Amino acid sequence: MLLETKKVIKEKLICYHCGEDCPDDEIAIGEKLFCCNGCKTVYELLDANDLCTYYTIDEAPGVKQKNDIKKNFDFLDDTELKERLIDFTDGKITTITFSIPQTHCSSCIWILENLSKMNPGVIHSEANFLKKIVSIKFDENETTLKQIVELLDSIGYEPDLNLAEKEKEKSAIINKKLWYKLGVAGFAAGNIMLFSFPEYLSINDLDIDNLKSAFSYLNILFALPVFFYSASEYFISAYKGLKKKIVNVDVPISIGVIVLFLRSLYEIFTQTGVGYLDSMTALVFFLIVGRMFQNKTYAALNFDRNYKSYFPIAVTILKNKIETTKPVEKLNVGDRIIIKNAELIPADSILINGSAFIDYSFVTGESNPIEKENGDMIYAGGRQVGGAIEVETIKEVSQSYLTQLWNSKAFDKDEESNIDAFVNVVSKYFTFVIIVIATVAGLYWFSTDTKLAFNAFTAVLIIACPCALALSTPFTLGNTLRIFGKNKFYVKSTHVIEKLASISSIVFDKTGTLTETGSATVNYEGDELTEKEKQLIKSLVRNSSHPLSKNIYNLFDVKEITTIENYEEKAGLGIKAIIDGTQIQIGSKVYVNKDEESDEINLSTKVYLSINNVQKGFFKVNNTYRPELKKVITSLTNYYKLSILSGDNNSEQKQLTNYFPEKTKMLFKQTPYNKLTYVENLKKENEKVLMIGDGLNDAGALSASNVGISIAEDVNNFSPACDGILYANSFQYLNNFINFSRISRKIILISFVISFIYNIIGLSFAVQGTLSPVISAILMPLSSISVVVFTTLATNIFAKKKGLL
Amino acid sequence: MSVIFLLIAFSSFVAIMFLAAYLWAVKSGQYDDNYTPSVRILFDNELVKKKTEPEKNKK
Repeated sequence: MLLETKKVIKEKLICYHCGEDCPDDEIAIGEKLFCCNGCKTVYELLDANDLCTYYTIDEAPGVKQKNDIKKNFDFLDDTELKERLIDFTDGKITTITFSIPQTHCSSCIWILENLSKMNPGVIHSEANFLKKIVSIKFDENETTLKQIVELLDSIGYEPDLNLAEKEKEKSAIINKKLWYKLGVAGFAAGNIMLFSFPEYLSINDLDIDNLKSAFSYLNILFALPVFFYSASEYFISAYKGLKKKIVNVDVPISIGVIVLFLRSLYEIFTQTGVGYLDSMTALVFFLIVGRMFQNKTYAALNFDRNYKSYFPIAVTILKNKIETTKPVEKLNVGDRIIIKNAELIPADSILINGSAFIDYSFVTGESNPIEKENGDMIYAGGRQVGGAIEVETIKEVSQSYLTQLWNSKAFDKDEESNIDAFVNVVSKYFTFVIIVIATVAGLYWFSTDTKLAFNAFTAVLIIACPCALALSTPFTLGNTLRIFGKNKFYVKSTHVIEKLASISSIVFDKTGTLTETGSATVNYEGDELTEKEKQLIKSLVRNSSHPLSKNIYNLFDVKEITTIENYEEKAGLGIKAIIDGTQIQIGSKVYVNKDEESDEINLSTKVYLSINNVQKGFFKVNNTYRPELKKVITSLTNYYKLSILSGDNNSEQKQLTNYFPEKTKMLFKQTPYNKLTYVENLKKENEKVLMIGDGLNDAGALSASNVGISIAEDVNNFSPACDGILYANSFQYLNNFINFSRISRKIILISFVISFIYNIIGLSFAVQGTLSPVISAILMPLSSISVVVFTTLATNIFAKKKGLL
Repeated sequence: MSVIFLLIAFSSFVAIMFLAAYLWAVKSGQYDDNYTPSVRILFDNELVKKKTEPEKNKK
């Protein structure tokens, strides 16, 4: 096993720690190669603690160390903040649950559960792979929360520290309750069925008759917890619905269950029959199974994140020239903050010191980092690229330009309302028709035989109980949800699939959604450049830390670099220098051409070049569009109204027209608020809107739309609140997903028909007053099972046809 | 025939015990994580090996 690993390493130069390609074999310990010093450090740390089993459970299990900068976790010494993060403490022993998004293999579980070897203060640590969390119990006297977090960070498992995530536990409790209810209902259904066997076999014997009545009373005993506990939420939901004057599917179910129970009690106590308790308990059992099936959730994903989970929970502030940390919530206007490389600006502020390149791509949709000068305003949510800067806040976190978006009422969504769910529309008419049939049958027999009238009336309500109807939706959509999940499209709940089936308009964000993140390509247009000139350009841009310079630097494949003289950099405009007696300038049109009239004052997506004051041409920064974009858009063109909302300028408009049809609406320089209103206006025109975005700037639009899908390069990364998370590589299947949700709706419709056929057969017995418990006990489970089998088969067959399985 | 009643009482008691065992299992969190324990069970063996194997490896 180990020998094989080494061979692979030799041939391909793969990092022993993280499995990524190594540029060369310079960083190595013995025969083990590493791609970077970060990975090597982690290996050394694990080796020193005798924890190298980590590398034998899975090959190259490590997480690539993205940056060497050690994060500052001083804020974890803040008692108040600490108290909100931990689960429990008695002053000595503390337990805390961390979310570790990097968890991805068996080795991860192993290392997370062996933390005590590296930090003796850790008493016990237990990982949950599916939820990607680790619970740690530690001794306050021997170690601190900060030390544990630093340890996790140093081995590549930086916890996602977040105050907002604590609420998740609520849904876990609800889930547990469902397991209890399922157990009780299943237990009762099985036993009651056994006790009902003499009745099914119609054995008539004096001794047996004695037993039968004993069994009946036992059945009541078993059915009581099912009626009062397991079925309770259907009664509650029906009551709540009726209160709002909505007849949801739980209304006919509740009527059915109640009538079943009461009639059974009546028959048993008057000794006129054995009742239908077997049907009732089995019915409740099936319903709960359906509900469990529908409730499949992606425990490791979070669909409700707002800006708070994107922002850091603490920042470094400068007070009296001393660096301290402060929780973001307590940040005041006028605080001086130190923002280091790759850190976020937590509140709108003014740049005091340092050279700032702010990457706003996630916030406003602008694809290139923007250079700021001292005194410039920096909006919250931007990410600093480069050295440390000092800023002074001018607004509170919640009142900043971006975070104000969350004050919009689009975020005050009610609890998931499923009034528009298809099954509830059907059940409204269904309930009405059933009550009419029951009454008519009752009245018809009333004149001749009151007992028969009572029998017929209750039998109709019993047999019409729409168990199969109630099961078709959860099973179809539950299957669809799983099929989507296999294709890395994770939806929040099954309601989303129903909504997705009825959309009529699709709105795209540009940056990060249509384009690939972090892979801009630079093209040169203009006079041909000699090798010598290329060398000059490369030598010049090497001195600038501007991101565009780095892009140009990577463009030319020239090895030799010459020394330069008289280097001059004008922030936000360009750079120039004299190299080997040649003057060379790179920058904005104004800077390079002294062209005062140009509207491109600042560096935009075009970077001009002049050598010895002769303009040679320009470098154009292009976004790379997703490779399958053309195909995806063509498949959508004829069916949906398409629009693009971009936070960027319109320099890409021409490019976009290559992909999109003419009638596509394209809006540029859209603020987050603009996007929100655009979606709301579309909805006012009775469009069902599907919004696809990726950043915080789309959060408002995602929330306002009927279905908001967020695209993620890595599903564990931050994604704004949405209905579904689509893995970037699966973007090409977008049309398949929408089509398949339509197919699901058709499958539900067909299974409704199947369940109605069973209902009609049952009703034909019921209206005559001849529905025996045996027929009921056969018919009801049979209809449920055939619906479950049909929906499962149908969804899988169609998924295969659509290439989703 | 009356022995049947005894048997029924006994079988119901056994069934209720199983239900109680199930409810306890749910309550104690055995249904919370149905993946990690399947991996964890394999670790103990590895732990013993660990003492020897990496050492050999270095030499």
